[in-house]
Amino acid sequence: MPSRTPLLDDRALGRTLVRMATEIVERAGGTDALVLVGIQRRGVELADRLKRLIDQAEGSNVPSGKLDITLYRDDLQTVGARPVVGETRLPNLDGRTVVIVDDVLYTGRTVRAALDECADFGRPRRILLCVLIDRGGRELPIQADIVGTTVSTGPDDRVDVLVSELDGRDAVELVRG
Amino acid sequence: MRPILVRGGRILDPSRGIDQTADLLLQDGKVEALGQSLGRPDDAEVLDAAGRIVAPGLIDLHVHLREPGQEDIETVATGAMAAAAGGFSAVCAMPNTDPVTDNQAAVGFIVSQAQRAGKARVYPIGAISLGQKGQQLAEFGELVGAGAVAVSDDGKPVVSSHLMRTALEYARTFGIPVADHCEDPTLAAGGAMHEGLVSTRLGLKGVPAAAEEIMVARDILLAELTGGHVHLCHMSTRGSVELIRRAKEKGLRVTAEACPHHFTLTHEACEGYNTNAKMNPPLREPEDREAIRQGLRDGTIDVVCTDHAPHHYDAKEREFDDAPNGIIGLETALGLAITELVGGGLLDLPTLVLRMSTMPARIFGLPGGSLAKGAAADVVLIDPTAEWTVSPDGFFSKSRNTPFAGRRLRGRADATIVRGQVVFRRSE
Amino acid sequence: MSTLALGKDLVGLEPLSADQIRLILDTAEPFKEVSERPIKKVPALRGKTIVNLFFEASTRTRISFEFAEKRLSADTVNVATAGSSVSKGETLVDTARNLEAMRIDMVVIRHGASGAAQFLGQRIRSNVINAGDGKHEHPTQGLLDILTLRDRFKRIEGLKIAICGDILHSRVARSNIWGLTKLGAQVGVCGPATLLPRNVQELGVTILPRIEDAIQWADALNVLRLQLERMEAGFLPSLREYNRVFGVTSERLAKAPKDLLILHPGPMNRGVEIDSDVADGPHSVILPQVTNGVAVRMAVLYLLAGGSPDWAHQPGD
Repeated sequence: MPSRTPLLDDRALGRTLVRMATEIVERAGGTDALVLVGIQRRGVELADRLKRLIDQAEGSNVPSGKLDITLYRDDLQTVGARPVVGETRLPNLDGRTVVIVDDVLYTGRTVRAALDECADFGRPRRILLCVLIDRGGRELPIQADIVGTTVSTGPDDRVDVLVSELDGRDAVELVRG
Repeated sequence: MRPILVRGGRILDPSRGIDQTADLLLQDGKVEALGQSLGRPDDAEVLDAAGRIVAPGLIDLHVHLREPGQEDIETVATGAMAAAAGGFSAVCAMPNTDPVTDNQAAVGFIVSQAQRAGKARVYPIGAISLGQKGQQLAEFGELVGAGAVAVSDDGKPVVSSHLMRTALEYARTFGIPVADHCEDPTLAAGGAMHEGLVSTRLGLKGVPAAAEEIMVARDILLAELTGGHVHLCHMSTRGSVELIRRAKEKGLRVTAEACPHHFTLTHEACEGYNTNAKMNPPLREPEDREAIRQGLRDGTIDVVCTDHAPHHYDAKEREFDDAPNGIIGLETALGLAITELVGGGLLDLPTLVLRMSTMPARIFGLPGGSLAKGAAADVVLIDPTAEWTVSPDGFFSKSRNTPFAGRRLRGRADATIVRGQVVFRRSE
Repeated sequence: MSTLALGKDLVGLEPLSADQIRLILDTAEPFKEVSERPIKKVPALRGKTIVNLFFEASTRTRISFEFAEKRLSADTVNVATAGSSVSKGETLVDTARNLEAMRIDMVVIRHGASGAAQFLGQRIRSNVINAGDGKHEHPTQGLLDILTLRDRFKRIEGLKIAICGDILHSRVARSNIWGLTKLGAQVGVCGPATLLPRNVQELGVTILPRIEDAIQWADALNVLRLQLERMEAGFLPSLREYNRVFGVTSERLAKAPKDLLILHPGPMNRGVEIDSDVADGPHSVILPQVTNGVAVRMAVLYLLAGGSPDWAHQPGD
């Protein structure tokens, strides 16, 4: 029987995002050349929230975009069912500090695909990775620069990130298999 | 030759209105006696016909045996064997061979091939025109003298009305029918199936029913003009049936045939571009199928024939437009007729035998179609209730191009006797 | 969701459900964006080998498919009848089997015989995409026409589309009829009676006897190319008369009660079925059709190369 453990409730999630927004600006050295890119789907919602937090704090208007990595997945030929391709819309990336935003970092393959796709759009000066949850279990040499929280998980576990825009509430839960 | 005593079967002889359970004795290649509890001559072979129909052998007025010219897909011998397996004691072979059967030597060749095979009888049909080119009359006298029983340019229509007229007149001298493949060439040109909703959906050029009916009407008028006997091949449309009905009401010498595929299938069978549903004339609409069935019921259509048309597997394994027309039919005709016509309540068994044996003999003036004393010992034993599945791999024909593979049918021949000898016996 | 699976081949729009057609159109949307990028390539079909088997000359459709294939990073090979084994009389089956023996993943076929795509699909394991078979169907053209209409009108249901020209011989017309009626549009056909199939109404279309009727009735006209061969085969007295009686001209369009959208599958016979000022005018979406063509073909290739769709991200991937 799988067990569901809350990792972050809605308030903890909000606090974590505030801290992450600050870290982003710190690591990027300001908002001048900053671009946020959210990975479909929940990365997009998180990137939007981070952008609002940053803009509020800094009085900026940070460009943001969304990236669907489906066509760059390395398992496209073996996944069987044909994944639906979401929208990709990016601002200019050339010479910018691009912060890729995703909800959960696990094997690292999604990020690898995102890096390949960004390369097809332009040449950022620098790319940083920002994730809400790092659950370990990397299969590629990829690390996040800004992390909300870390949790140790096994292959049968699942980390669910719920956002009110899509799921009606904010929460992060661990489902142990 | 041993006599044969066919014992205890239901004897159907439409030539004399006989329908009774009795014994039949065949001796010296002829019908010797018909009666109750006939005595068995010492050396006679006994065929137990309990539960079987005993009828004069079936006669198919329209087959293509492909010899000479395409012996890879059928020969006179394999065709005669396939016929026997289908319950036919005789078939008439159309002359669109390669070379065309338009001279006495060619006719004689087919006769001798049939004799060598020793299965069903094969009566050659000679060409109307030399090479079937539609220009010059063939020598009907020579053809008949060598054994031809009719003339036809089948495969093709007789386009020239003048030629058709002279053929009908000239044929009267020899008392033979002129069989026409009714198709207006300019209307039908390029058509691959019936012109209708299915051809529109499949994006195939269609042949309208009018293409057949125009020539049927023409032939009927010429029969009236000349007093000749026109035999209309493989009828397929309700309009044709109507025209023939009125011609017969006028007492004209018009006879007609229809094939099992035209009383069984419709143009829907072409769905999926099934080349085994491609033939000429094409499969038509349900209303046409119904008209053919009714025509067979009321005698407007005199006989059932097969238009047995073998083709190589490779030839049919092609884009629909490029595939040749035609399907085989000798080994499925009886089963389809019993299942669809008798099983469908349109004909009783005596009428079926009339359409498949007695009338064919009468129309073409052939021996057979009767079990009167002295008649040729051409007999078929039919099991009218046997359920079987069409499996072409077991056919005696060299070819396999049939749309009926896998179909469940009821009724088939158990044994076929020609000239007093069993040429086919079902083993199982 | 598995009922949306397209199967191995795309032979036509007739066998598809409305949901499947919508799936292809929706899938084409992100692919439009790929063609706007500086690097017009995604690795989705990397390593796949696709053969464009064109038995009929067609520059436009073949190039469109080729771009679609290359933008998905597939390897493409073009086989045209001239100079191939086909012109030496090799059968369709043998040609295809030879290609399959070289481990081709997908075949895009254009052929002069109706049913050729289905014939091929039933005999080889590769995916088969029909790029036009005889008079039967040209599904990707139908799809791109519908996508173009959807772009402008934001819907298909209830739209009135008049297909004008030689319906009898047109695979584009048939695919459009199937696709549009399945999505709830009303379809009219307009052309000389010799070029309308006799049973066309049974497909659920309205017959519009004259081009003026079509212009009054429709929201959009899809103008088909009229081929010279039709005149030679006796279906029409002359191309001049066709233009005089059925041509889509700006004078005729001026009398339209609303702004009609003009589509044409190309190539155009300027001055026959359509006048230049209409083809180049503000209501023509002929060029957007071409752009959509690449996106639609990418969508079809993408969908066929996999199985049925699912949602890309489960929570916590």
